[in-house]
Amino acid sequence: MTDPRLHFKTPLRQTPFHSRVAEANVLNKWAAWGGYTTALELSDGEMEYSAIRNSASLYDLCPMVKYRISGADAGAYLNRLTIRNAAILAVGSVHYTAWCDDEGKLLDDGTLFRWADTEYMLCCQERHLPWLLDTAAGFDVAVAEITEEIAALSLQGPCSASVLNAAGFDVKALKPFRMARFAFDGGELTVSRTGFTGDLGYELWIAPDHAVSLWDKLMEAGAPWGIRPIGTHALDTARIEAGFIVANADFIPAHQALREDRVRSPFEMALDWMIDWDKGHFNGRRALVAERNGSTSKWALVGLDIDSNVSTEGSIIYHDKKREVGHITAATWSPATKRNIAIAQLLRPYHDQKSDNLWVEVYALRELQYAKLMLRAKVTPRPFFNPARRRATPPGNY
Amino acid sequence: MPSFDAIVIGGGTNGLACATRLAQAGQRVLVIEGRDKLGGSTAETDPWPGYRSPCLSHLLTHLDPRVETQMKLADHGLSFVDRNIPSTALALDGNHLVLTGAAGDTISGLISDADRTAWQGLRKRLMGFAGALAPFRAMTPPRLAKESGNQYLKLAQLGLGLRRLGRDEFREFLRLALINIADVLEDDLADDRLRGLVAFDTVLGAWMGPRSPNSLFLYLNRLSGEISGKRGATALPRSGMGSVATAMIQSAKTAGVELKSGAMVERIIVENDRATGVALASGEEISATTVISAINPKTTFLDLVGPRHIDTGFANRTRNIRSRGGAAKLHLALKGTPDFRGANLRSRLVIAPSIRSVEDAFNAVKYGEVPTRPVMEIILPSAFEAGHAPDGHHVLSAIVQFAPHEPKDGKESARNAMLENTLSVLEDHAPGIRALIEHSDFLMPYDIEDRYGMAGGNWHHGELAVEQMLFLRPFPAVAQYSTPIAGLWLAGAGNHPGGGVSGAPGWNAAERILSRGRS
Ligand SMILES: Cc1cc2nc3c(=O)[nH]c(=O)nc-3n(C[C@H](O)[C@H](O)[C@H](O)COP(=O)(O)OP(=O)(O)OC[C@H]3O[C@@H](n4cnc5c(N)ncnc54)[C@H](O)[C@@H]3O)c2cc1C
Repeated sequence: MTDPRLHFKTPLRQTPFHSRVAEANVLNKWAAWGGYTTALELSDGEMEYSAIRNSASLYDLCPMVKYRISGADAGAYLNRLTIRNAAILAVGSVHYTAWCDDEGKLLDDGTLFRWADTEYMLCCQERHLPWLLDTAAGFDVAVAEITEEIAALSLQGPCSASVLNAAGFDVKALKPFRMARFAFDGGELTVSRTGFTGDLGYELWIAPDHAVSLWDKLMEAGAPWGIRPIGTHALDTARIEAGFIVANADFIPAHQALREDRVRSPFEMALDWMIDWDKGHFNGRRALVAERNGSTSKWALVGLDIDSNVSTEGSIIYHDKKREVGHITAATWSPATKRNIAIAQLLRPYHDQKSDNLWVEVYALRELQYAKLMLRAKVTPRPFFNPARRRATPPGNY
Repeated sequence: MPSFDAIVIGGGTNGLACATRLAQAGQRVLVIEGRDKLGGSTAETDPWPGYRSPCLSHLLTHLDPRVETQMKLADHGLSFVDRNIPSTALALDGNHLVLTGAAGDTISGLISDADRTAWQGLRKRLMGFAGALAPFRAMTPPRLAKESGNQYLKLAQLGLGLRRLGRDEFREFLRLALINIADVLEDDLADDRLRGLVAFDTVLGAWMGPRSPNSLFLYLNRLSGEISGKRGATALPRSGMGSVATAMIQSAKTAGVELKSGAMVERIIVENDRATGVALASGEEISATTVISAINPKTTFLDLVGPRHIDTGFANRTRNIRSRGGAAKLHLALKGTPDFRGANLRSRLVIAPSIRSVEDAFNAVKYGEVPTRPVMEIILPSAFEAGHAPDGHHVLSAIVQFAPHEPKDGKESARNAMLENTLSVLEDHAPGIRALIEHSDFLMPYDIEDRYGMAGGNWHHGELAVEQMLFLRPFPAVAQYSTPIAGLWLAGAGNHPGGGVSGAPGWNAAERILSRGRS
């Protein structure tokens, strides 16, 4: 063990895959994520994106924050914490979920894994231990952060199932949002058919001391399919195409928001479909009932299709080119759909009744000079890209 | 499952007042009390053969005028030995100071003319402020939100009442409102006994010392109380404090309230986010349209409602209600008459020789320790009238401060040390008293919590301090007696205007419930 007092010398930690990612990171583009050093782009961003959509991609997911929730009341506890019904989630299954504060404002979204009858794992972007512990008072449940105990990899792309099969992990029967376990390297590998790309894909969970051998195994088995390590930029393009949102990018978690008007409810982030009104009380329910009954939601989350191919990230949206009615939180040129797409927050009712005359103001940098553009925007359903191969079981043999 | 319009949990004075008001308005009301006897801390006990002693409270200072008249307490047997018993500031040399009249309007004993005059000025000013604040006691605290059903007209009148003090007095009010009592006493008075007495009265029942910020406000709170229209009174009910509870019980019965004692409520039943009744420890369930908790808010939400029905932030807020008890209770059966160096036993005897003595006693409990020289308020009910102790014997009731609610050396040893220190102070002031003791009973704050269910053993069911007053009491989300759970209301001392035997929170809650029903 190194002297813990020297922690300041390495303000960012390295993930269990760091040696392999560093080797692949010829562009040397690094960024901090959740206290870890992570790669933005390794060798060629476009090829990395292409691996997600056309072959197989490998992404280091370790900084995702993970909590183990175990005990007789684990289900009841999660039902109090989250808006969805965690008690009816089948063992060996995963669901997407979200949780709110008392005022019904989002704290985060994430995926919930049910490992056993009385054991779950919650995986999310931000840290929430104090809130999770406070919520546990009065429940027979133990909550522990296990981010460092589990190394996570995301293997995504149409060929991902073939790569896993070639590596000796038979996932042909594994349905979306289900988990399977395999012996590996003297340890146990958990594979879930989940991901953040909207494509066929899997997430792999393993103890850190088997991390590097897993990476090597997949790279070797995946070589015939052109498997490729990827950075966050490529993943971000894919996640926007899939219409997924990210905490602190598309919404500010209520515990972090400094400005009173920045918090958002599940209705305002189009997550209300997850709310289980009949499961009993959960955090924020009373506020959400009032919001629902009083139709008091101010904002709406939408997908936008925008003229031209200029990136609209962070732009302001106008109605009739005059009235400010929203802003874009994520945008990209979508290679898969050949469209200029964006995820945006719009004041109601500009998301539906008054959505016919929306414009995005963009300042495009053209050789040292900004050109001011007003681009036409159309509200479009999310996901922008939603291939059938994402859901097919057994997966296509690509 | 029997059904009522309203169930009131807790048969203390607030529960009884609330139930009676609702029944007077035509509701079918059931009061459920966990102990065998109704009246809460205001009941009386027969701890030893031939003796009667109060449970906790032994003097009346805050009886709400609405409760007194509309519950017709006089008709139901409440009368007074004295509506204003004198206070004696005991001195070790027998040079006691005696204050008589409302809030001590006359002083007798050896004291300088300068102090006499200064005290008159200070008392008058503080009584003026307390008078302007008193009407707040009888209303639902306002809410700092739009369209919150505030009683704006009443609020405006009260604001005007404060302004009517005149410009200079209003400015003085603003200066004093958040100051500590020690600074004011040291500015105005020189006599240690007088300073000690007022400092003691200020922090009686509080978890703060005279030098704690905004302690003066607690003194205003004390002076804002009244008995039969007399502000600043310290009344001793005839045949003991228990007669207040007895009169309230009679009044409740007359109004048609059903009373059930010896039944602990274990759970408030919540269905579809609505309180629909209670479950008793016996397993019995009783349903009602409205459930009113006249016990402390912490137990109400964390135990009876339970975390499954409340939000995490709300539970945190509830857990953070500060509720440290600092008052211990001593009862002694004495086989003779104690002599407090000639002091009149038909008075309230206060051992608090200086501001410093009170502050020192508080300093100890800050660190979970037992003070070496506790300060105290003593009453000998048997000195005022017969019937409390066998002939020639006495019963002594003392509120002793400060006692640690979480002693660092363990509860047993803290209780022993506290009792020993208390008796030794008593012996100093009344030589020979220890030899007269036939029986003794000593309750630390944690004993009080165990026996009477007051969170932390706190006098007010949650500390009374500026940051937990009015619309901050017990915390903003539940400061109007209503709760996030439909059909569930709060009515105990943990709510505005706080503790003391007054019935005010209970009455206010009932008024709020009735006005909500009408609107
Ligand atoms: C040491 C001490 C001395 C005091 N002396 C005085 C004094 O001299 N003068 C004065 O005015 N005030 C005094 N007080 C303060 C006063 O006693 C309280 O503020 C007042 O009694 C509060 O009234 P209440 O009706 O709200 O609650 P309580 O009188 O505490 O009554 C609450 C009742 O609820 C019952 N209960 C609790 N839980 C349950 C349950 N789950 N189910 C059913 N029943 C339940 C309890 O048994 C209790 O009877 C003193 C307090 C202390 C601690």
